[in-house]
Amino acid sequence: MKLITALSNLILPLVIVYILSCGYSKKINVYEVFIEGAKEGFKVVADILPTLIGLMMAVGILRAGGTLELVSRALSPIVSRIGFPSEAVPISLMRLVSSSASTGILLDIFKNYGPDSFIGRFVSVMMSCTETVFYTMSIYFMSVKITKTRYTLAGALVANAAGMAASLALCRYLWG
Amino acid sequence: MLNYLWGAMIFVGILVAAFTGKMAEVTNGAVDSAKEAVTVSITMLGVMSMWTGIMKIGEEAGVTDSVKKLLKPFLKWLFPDVPENHRAMDYIAANVTANFLGLGWAATPAGLMAMKELQDLNRHRETASRAMCMFMIFNMSSLQLVSINIIAYRMQYGSADPSEIIGPGILTTLASTVAAIAFAKIMEAVK
Repeated sequence: MKLITALSNLILPLVIVYILSCGYSKKINVYEVFIEGAKEGFKVVADILPTLIGLMMAVGILRAGGTLELVSRALSPIVSRIGFPSEAVPISLMRLVSSSASTGILLDIFKNYGPDSFIGRFVSVMMSCTETVFYTMSIYFMSVKITKTRYTLAGALVANAAGMAASLALCRYLWG
Repeated sequence: MLNYLWGAMIFVGILVAAFTGKMAEVTNGAVDSAKEAVTVSITMLGVMSMWTGIMKIGEEAGVTDSVKKLLKPFLKWLFPDVPENHRAMDYIAANVTANFLGLGWAATPAGLMAMKELQDLNRHRETASRAMCMFMIFNMSSLQLVSINIIAYRMQYGSADPSEIIGPGILTTLASTVAAIAFAKIMEAVK
């Protein structure tokens, strides 16, 4: 655990030191190049800001009006029939839409059931192999103004469903 | 698709709010979220500019080339439509590496730049190319070594063994990534 934490904290400084060393050894004016590159990043963020505002506004409406809650509650009886824990329905759906909202539900589950309960372990594993599909897709595609995304959504949902099924099966095997 | 999805989210959200009597919350939710977007962007502005600045040095010094060389055979197989020495490959390689190491915030800027480069290669301005579909599906299969933030939360709530989920996490993320690649490759073959 300590090793992994230390490693995670070390990775970025190591990358920066390595890149800078390579730059100096190739006799590049690293500061000037850095500023030039930073300008590019500046432009990209300025381009996505309107997208981000539009999307977060729509998600905010869904969350505040109770739509996400309603969907979760309506699906609970169905998913429990296939052995999916109903307590994990809201977080599984929210996971597809908003990272911060799903993290909020994750902490709520840890608080109420404990991180070492079956549901606590399941959501821990599930969160590490799934992605905020709708959010990510919107940001990436809207940044380049693509409106026809073809089979991307289907593929992302297949990947996430596979991750969730694998999480459920593995958690049942290990801690069931 | 996003054109309709976005509008549908707003219409459905407001309609449901009308039935649940949460109109006041909706107003606050919409305004607060818009505000939050700016806060997020300010943080992103700093992080992204720093990242693209560092990556630019790496690019000029040939560092991204060596990373790319390691990932090359795999990426070449994943993205047959992208020319080998195109900048899109550099950004895809950077995005995949950052995601794998759990540097999510660093992966996003590289990913957005990758999309920009892929769009330059795209023949249809509004339709996603095969490479874009593969990149997005692969990206959203969340291939990563360790979710350090989940472990931190588990510690915070008194888990006896916070890191016990690392092994299962790696196995399940492999499952989702294999499913993602298989699906995208099958769709490429079909169309």
